[in-house]
Amino acid sequence: MKALIIDDEPLARDIIREYLTSHPSIEVMQECSDGFEGIKAIQQHQPDLIFLDIQMPKINGFEMLELAEYVPKVIFATAFDEYAVKAFEAHAVDYLLKPFSRQRFDAAVQKLMAEGPSREQVPAAMEAAAKSPDQSNRIVVKDGGKIRIIPITQVQYLEAADDYIKIHTADGSFLKKKTMQFFEETLSAAQFIRIHRSYIVNANLITRIDPYEKEGHLALLTTGARLPVSKAGYARLRDALGI
Amino acid sequence: MAISPYNRKFAIAVATGWIIWASLGYRLLADFGAGSLAALSDSMLSNALLFGGCFLISNNMRYYLPGKEKYWYVLLLGVIVTLLWMTMLRLSLPFLLSDDKQYVAEFYASLSIRMAVGFLVITSSTLLSLIWYTQQQEQDQAARKQETDQAARDAELLQLQNRLQPHFLFNSLNSVSALTISDPGKARDMIEQLSAFLRGSLQKEHRQWSTLEEELDYLRLYMGIEKVRFGYRLQTEINCDESTLQMRLPNTILQPVVENAIKFGLYDTLGEVCIRLTAQNSNGFLQIEVSNPFDQVTAVPRKGAGFGLASVRRRLFLLFARQDLLQTEMTDTLFITRILIPQI
Repeated sequence: MKALIIDDEPLARDIIREYLTSHPSIEVMQECSDGFEGIKAIQQHQPDLIFLDIQMPKINGFEMLELAEYVPKVIFATAFDEYAVKAFEAHAVDYLLKPFSRQRFDAAVQKLMAEGPSREQVPAAMEAAAKSPDQSNRIVVKDGGKIRIIPITQVQYLEAADDYIKIHTADGSFLKKKTMQFFEETLSAAQFIRIHRSYIVNANLITRIDPYEKEGHLALLTTGARLPVSKAGYARLRDALGI
Repeated sequence: MAISPYNRKFAIAVATGWIIWASLGYRLLADFGAGSLAALSDSMLSNALLFGGCFLISNNMRYYLPGKEKYWYVLLLGVIVTLLWMTMLRLSLPFLLSDDKQYVAEFYASLSIRMAVGFLVITSSTLLSLIWYTQQQEQDQAARKQETDQAARDAELLQLQNRLQPHFLFNSLNSVSALTISDPGKARDMIEQLSAFLRGSLQKEHRQWSTLEEELDYLRLYMGIEKVRFGYRLQTEINCDESTLQMRLPNTILQPVVENAIKFGLYDTLGEVCIRLTAQNSNGFLQIEVSNPFDQVTAVPRKGAGFGLASVRRRLFLLFARQDLLQTEMTDTLFITRILIPQI
């Protein structure tokens, strides 16, 4: 079984490697000290299992998984992260609280090898954890081969595009595989408003709202973009802007 | 209940007032032709009763202060006590001095003027006690308010001071756990450092101030632990003027600043991170600068996570009543936190 250890603290990686000596069936392909390395290593080694820290430089463990080619079996390890722990517990994902004992580690590995969180459990936990302050402040996307971290303040509007969401910023637009509902829930409702089935807009950028056809409206942004506003969206917009 | 004005001084003042008032009364009665016995008994008795009435009112106010309708209350009380006083006079003096026909006639003739004087004295003493007790009550309230404010401030300061990051603690323990396998000697050192750090944060609980030298010792412990955790990635540099070492600053105020710099530096960039701390004497202020590298593009969303700095600013405000003692500055690659500590 191929495995990766992804943690920014060298000693934290050491301890996992040490505990793994009693599991000869698991081979550590690489140790990574941040999420970027992690994404590359997942692509390169196609591991069956990863040991993943949550708090890491630049992007956290959940964001790394969002960007990874696929989600292998994951054993999360965190010292203290209320949001993450809540998410794990809500979705029956096993996790290790640092510092952990060898017995606890062995139990987690055995449980995972026996059944393992199914494909749905880890992504569900990821979605739940995305409500943490960290992730509601930024969106990480893949931009060609590179990874881009978009501060929420730079997002102009979001547009639904099939299974993806198109994130429009001053530097261009980026695709991310998420749902409109996800962003509606995670982004600050005061700043981002769902004005249409397919549009969420940064309310700070709206300069004008014009009537359009019957019952509809058009929102004009400072950037020049014109976005359709549905009837329900118009009500939400009026609520949020206090008009 | 308000503090009572009754003490020796007050008793002497009242007695003196009574004597003066009685002598005036005696003089007045004598001038109108009353015999000396009649004038003496009348002035002593009527003034004693008058002062007694005043005492009654003032004592009553000690337990009950009128709220809304205070002026009507004063007037009503004045009328009632005056009437009471008059009744007592009428029931006593004419009978005590019934032999002196001229006096008894004069007594009845002077009733209205006696009543006017009595009413004046009683209402003014009522007003005086009202003012006295109201003032007492306000002073009491102000003292209590100050006390509760102080208590709230102390609690807040203590809370700001004792904020220990669980994330730091558990990760450090995890590092110790790893070291017990690879390097038990180092694990022991780390436990010792961690203990010293925790002891420091517990012990200093009630101490509000320390010298920069003490503060730096404490910081070195903290930085030492973080360096073990992050290995080569974390470098630290401390530069202080010799003259600043004995300057005073609020206890443990720098640790959250350095913690913020380390977190910001380590989680916002990849590769090596150097945290620099410099201290200098700037026009009698202790000026401390802490800098960390950061990434301009991604730094914006991290801004909100500056609880550490917010708590430092709040603490400086509670201690010095100034909002401008903590400032941050961003250059292309460095985030700088600057703190000024007045030396008082």
